[in-house]
Amino acid sequence: MDTYETVLEMRGITKVFPGVVANDAINFDLRKGEVHALLGENGAGKSTLMGILSGVYQPTEGSIVLEGAPVRFDSARDAIHNGIGMVYQHFMLVPKLTVAENIMLGIKRPKEPLLQIDKASEQIVAFARTYGMDLDPEQKVASLTVGQQQRVEIVKALFRGAKILVLDEPTAVLTPKEIQELFSMIKMLTDQNFSVIFISHKIDEVIEISNRISVLRRGKLEATINNEGVSKEELAGLMVGRDVSFCVEKTPCCPGDSVLALEGVGLKDREGRPLLKDVNFEVHEGEIFGVAGVDGNGQDELLEVITGLRSASEGSVCIVGQEVLGKSPRQILEMGLAHIPADRQARGLVLSMDIKENFIINDYYRSPHSKRDIISWPFVRKHTKENIERFDVRTSSIDTPVSTLSGGNQQKLILARELHGKPVLLAAMHATRGLDVGAIEYVHQRILEQRAAGTAVLYISTELEELMSFSDRIAVMFRGEIMGIVRPEEVTIDQIGLMMAGSIT
Amino acid sequence: MELLSYLLATDLRMAAPILIAALGLLFMEKSGVVNIGCEGMMLFGTFFGVFFARLSGSPWIGLLFAGMTGMVIGLFFAFIVVTLRANQIVTGIALNIIAQGATSTLNRLIFGVSSQAANAPGFEVVPIPLLSKIPVIGDSLFNQMGPIYLALLLVPLIRWFMMKTTMGLKIRAVGEHPHSADTAGINVRSVRYGSILAGSFLVGAAGGFLSLGILSLFSENMVSGRGYIALAVIIFGKWNSWGVLAAALVFGLGDAVQIKMQTAGSSIPYQFLMMLPYILTILALSGFVGKAESPAASGKPFRNDEL
Amino acid sequence: MNRRLNTILVQCVSITVAFALGAVVIKMIGISPLFAYGALLNGSFGSINAIGETLVKMTPLILTGLSYAFAARAGLINIGAEGQLYVGGILATLVGSNFAGLPMIIHVPFAVAAAFAGGAVWGGLVGLLKVKFGANEIITTVMLNYIAIYLVSFLVTGPMKAPPGTMPESRPIVDSAQLVRILPGTRLHIGIFIALLALLFYYFFIFKMRQGYEMRVVGNNMESARAAGMRPQRTMVLAMLLAGGMGGLAGGVEILGIQGRLLQSFSPGYGFDGIAVALVGVNNPVGIVLGALLFGFLRAGGNRMQLIAQVPVSVIYVVQGLVITFVIIGQNLHVFQKVGVNRPFRRKTGDGPAPEVL
Repeated sequence: MDTYETVLEMRGITKVFPGVVANDAINFDLRKGEVHALLGENGAGKSTLMGILSGVYQPTEGSIVLEGAPVRFDSARDAIHNGIGMVYQHFMLVPKLTVAENIMLGIKRPKEPLLQIDKASEQIVAFARTYGMDLDPEQKVASLTVGQQQRVEIVKALFRGAKILVLDEPTAVLTPKEIQELFSMIKMLTDQNFSVIFISHKIDEVIEISNRISVLRRGKLEATINNEGVSKEELAGLMVGRDVSFCVEKTPCCPGDSVLALEGVGLKDREGRPLLKDVNFEVHEGEIFGVAGVDGNGQDELLEVITGLRSASEGSVCIVGQEVLGKSPRQILEMGLAHIPADRQARGLVLSMDIKENFIINDYYRSPHSKRDIISWPFVRKHTKENIERFDVRTSSIDTPVSTLSGGNQQKLILARELHGKPVLLAAMHATRGLDVGAIEYVHQRILEQRAAGTAVLYISTELEELMSFSDRIAVMFRGEIMGIVRPEEVTIDQIGLMMAGSIT
Repeated sequence: MELLSYLLATDLRMAAPILIAALGLLFMEKSGVVNIGCEGMMLFGTFFGVFFARLSGSPWIGLLFAGMTGMVIGLFFAFIVVTLRANQIVTGIALNIIAQGATSTLNRLIFGVSSQAANAPGFEVVPIPLLSKIPVIGDSLFNQMGPIYLALLLVPLIRWFMMKTTMGLKIRAVGEHPHSADTAGINVRSVRYGSILAGSFLVGAAGGFLSLGILSLFSENMVSGRGYIALAVIIFGKWNSWGVLAAALVFGLGDAVQIKMQTAGSSIPYQFLMMLPYILTILALSGFVGKAESPAASGKPFRNDEL
Repeated sequence: MNRRLNTILVQCVSITVAFALGAVVIKMIGISPLFAYGALLNGSFGSINAIGETLVKMTPLILTGLSYAFAARAGLINIGAEGQLYVGGILATLVGSNFAGLPMIIHVPFAVAAAFAGGAVWGGLVGLLKVKFGANEIITTVMLNYIAIYLVSFLVTGPMKAPPGTMPESRPIVDSAQLVRILPGTRLHIGIFIALLALLFYYFFIFKMRQGYEMRVVGNNMESARAAGMRPQRTMVLAMLLAGGMGGLAGGVEILGIQGRLLQSFSPGYGFDGIAVALVGVNNPVGIVLGALLFGFLRAGGNRMQLIAQVPVSVIYVVQGLVITFVIIGQNLHVFQKVGVNRPFRRKTGDGPAPEVL
C-alpha cells in the first residue's frame, strides 16, 4: 500500500505490575485495512498490551490514539463502544445460551425490557450473510464446533460495531482447513476496510497472513517490520533474542521391546457416541511416540484410558505385556507409569498444598514415604529436597504452597515427581504448554534423557513443529481415530495437516 | 374424592412457603449465587411478618415487610459474597446461626418472656367466584388465600422474565459464564446484587407467609428446615420455575399427608409422620438428581482481575 | 508464618468487634454492657463452679467442632452434628442404661464407643448418599438432624420410656457407665479428656497419617487425587464416618456425663455451635480448642448474665452470630487490597491460579 491511514496508535505504553514490567514503552500502530501481527512467546507481553487496548487494564504510562483522537478505555464496555472487538483465545461465549442470545448479550434492544429474540435472530442471520457467514441463531453454542464458535465471536464483535478486530491466538484450536477458512475471512474483512490485529506465537501463520509484524520480547518491542521476504529464522531470532535452531538434538532411535500396546481400543460416551475408535499402536523402549491432532479429537480420552482414569469399552491396552483394562489408576502407576497431565493445575498438582506434599502424591502410601499408614515427614523432606535440586525447581523452601511457583517451576516439580524413579512408560500431554523457552528446552532435555535411558515415551501435543523435531514416530488423531502413523522425516507438515483434518494417507 | 380434594388443597397451602422461597432462591441461583442462608432469611421473615402485621393490623402489610426484611438481609449477604467475595456457603451458614439468635432475642424482648407463640392477624381464604365451584380442583386451586394465587402467578411470570427479557438474559449469562458476560460489557456485580435483592424479597416473604398464612403466629424455630427443603426443591425442579412448582407440590404432599393422618387419628406415632417431608427430601436427592445441571458458575465468586 | 499471624490477628479483631456490637445491643435493651459482660465473665470464670461449667460446655463443643472439621478437610460440609449427636446419645443410653453388672472399666468405653458408632452411622449414611447418588450433603445432613430429633422424641415417649412412664425420658444411666466427675463442686467430668483425646486424634490423623493426607488432597483437588491413584469416594465416606462419630461422641459425653438419661432436646444446639467453633478455628486443632473455649464461655456465662443482669440468653446467640460474621468478613478483607491493583492475566483452573512466567 502506498498511502495508508493510521486508525490506531498506542504510544509509549508501559504497564507495571507488582514486581514485573509487562510492557515497556511499546509503540504500536495499526493501519486501515491491514493485518498487523503481534508476535511473541508466551509471557512476552502480548496479552497485557491487548488487555490495555480492550479496557481491562490501564497503562502505567503512555496513551492511545484512535482515529486521531486520544482515548482512554476504563472498561471492556468503553473499548467496545469505540469499535474495538476482541476475540479471545478462550471464547467469551456462554455455552448454554443460543447463538442469538450470545450475540445479543448486553446490546440495547429497542423495546427494553423485551428481548424480542426472534427479531434479533432475523437481524443476525442477515447481518452475518453480508460477511459471507452462515449462522444458525437458535443453536446452543455448546453444540457448535470450535471453528463455528469462533465465527460467532467474530460476528458478535462486528455486530457491536467493531472496526478493529483483535484476534488472540485464533488458530490454536483449529484444524488446518479451518485455519484457511479463517484466513479467507480475514482477507475479506480487510478488503472491506476492517483492520485486524493478529496475535500469535506461530511464525508460519504470521508470515502467511500479515502485512506487518511487530515482535515483542520480554515486554519490549523488538521490531516492527513489513512482511516482505522476511524469514522464519529472522523472526524467531527476534522472538527469543538469540539464534534459534529449529532442530532438537537427538541421537538416532534404537527402539527396543514394546512397552505400551493398544489394540482395537474403543470408547463411547454416555450417549453412545464414539470418543475413540479402533485405536492401534505400539510404543517401544527408548522411543518417543508423538500424537498429533487438534485438541478435542480424542487425545484426552486416550490418555485417560492409558492411565486408568477411564475404562475403554473395547479393545486392550497392555503395559509391558500386562493388561491395563480393569486396573485402577494406582495399580497402573505401580506398573511404572509416569504421567504428565495436560492441565497441570487441575489434575497434576494441588495448588494449595506445599511442594513436599505435592511431591509424594503418587507414592505417599508406600515405604519409604510411609510406614504402616503413618507418613514419615523427615524422610519426605529429605527426598523432596534432593529431587527438587536435581530437577532445577527454583524455590526458597519446600514448605511453600505450589501456587507460588511459576508455571515453569510447577512443571519441573511434576517432572521431578514423575521421572525420579526411572519409569517404564512416560505419558505426557501438552508438556510444554504455557512455558517460556528456557523451561521448554529443559522439559525436552529431560524427556530425551528418559528416551536415552530406555523409557518409552508417549508424547501428545498440539504443536506440530515440536512433534516433528522431537518424535521418532507420529500418530495423527482425528475424531478418536488414528489417521496414520508416520516418521517425521518422511512427511511434510501439510500432509500431517491433511490427516489432522480427516483424510487418510 | 373429598379426600383427594382436601389433600390437594392442603398440599398447595403447605407447599406455598416452600414454593415462594424456592422461586426466590431460583433468582439468586440463576445468577450464580447459592444461598444456604435461606432458612435464616425465612426465619427473619416469619418474625417481622408477624411483627408488622400486628402493628398494622393487616397481614398484607406484614407480608410486604417480611419481604423487605428479606431484602435488607439480602443486601448484607450480597455485600459479603459479591463485593467481599467470601465463601457463599459458609456465609449462608453464618446467616442461619445469626437468624436464630436474633429472632429469639427479638421475640423475647418484644413479645414476652417465654417461647410462647405470638399471634397475629392471618390471611383469609379468598375463593375465586365460579372457578372455586369446580369439583376437586376447584376447592384446591381456587379456594385459597391471596398470596397463594400470587405465588402461582409468579411461576409463569418468572419463566417469562428469564427467557424473554434482556435482564433475564443477563442474569442467565452471569450465572453460566460470568467472564463472557463481563467482556460483553455487563456489570456482573450489579446483576448479582439485583438478583439477590429480588430473590431475598421472595424468601423473606415466604417466611412471612409461613407465619401469617399457615400458622398465624410466630414461634421460635418455626421454619423447621423448610429453607433447606427449598434448596432441594430447586435441584429437584431442575432450576426452572415450572419444575420448582412441581417439586414444591411433591414436598407439600408430604406435609399434607402427615397432617391428615394425625387428624384422622392414625396409629402411627406422630413423630414418624413429622419425619415424612425430610425423608422425602433425602429420597429425592438420592433418586432423581443427576441429569440436571446447576448454572455453571454457581457458588463461585467472580473475579475480573483474572482471565 | 506471616499468614498464620495475620489470621490470628484478624480473628481477635473480629471477636472484639462482635463483642462491641453485642454491647450496643445490650445497651439498646437498657442494661449497662459493663454490668452484663461482668456477669458473663463471672458466670464463666468467676468461681470454681463457673470454670467447671465453662469446661463442661466446652467438652461437646470441641467434639462437634471436630465433626465439622473432619468433613471439611475432605471438602464436605457437615451441618449434621446436631443429629449425629442425638443418635450418639441414643446409642450411649442403650448401652449405658443396660448391662448393669459390667465393671466401669468396660462399661464406660463400651458406652462411649457405642455413641461414636451411632454418630458414625448417621454421618456415614450421608457420605454414602453423596458418593453413590450425588446427594448434596448440606441438605441431607440437615434433614437427618430433624429425623434424629424426632426419633429421640419417639423413643423416650415410647419404647425407651422409663417406668412408671410419667416423664418423657429413658431409664437412667447405670452407675458403672457414668462419666466420673473430676472437679468437686462442679459438673466437670472425664468427658473433657475424651474430647481432648479426640482432638489429639484429629491432629495426628490429619497431619501424620496417610488417610489424613488423602483426605486433604481430596478436599483440595479431587481430580488430582484421582489422577494420583487415590479413591476420593472412599475417602469422603471415611470423612463422614469420622465426622459423624465425633458428633456421636458429643452426644455420648452429654448423656453419660451430664444428663444421666436420654430426653428430648437435651442439646441446646451444640451441633450448630460446633460449626461456628470450626469456622472460627479454621479447622485447626488449636483454633478449635480456642473456639470451643470462646463459645463455652459464652454459654456458661450466659445463664448468669440472664439471672443477674436480666439480659436474655438469646443475646448470646446474637453475639455468636456476630463473631462468625466478622470472622468471615475478616477472612475476606484481603480482597480489598487486591481490588483495584491489577495483576497479570492468570489461567483459572484447578483449585487456584498461579502466575505465568513474565
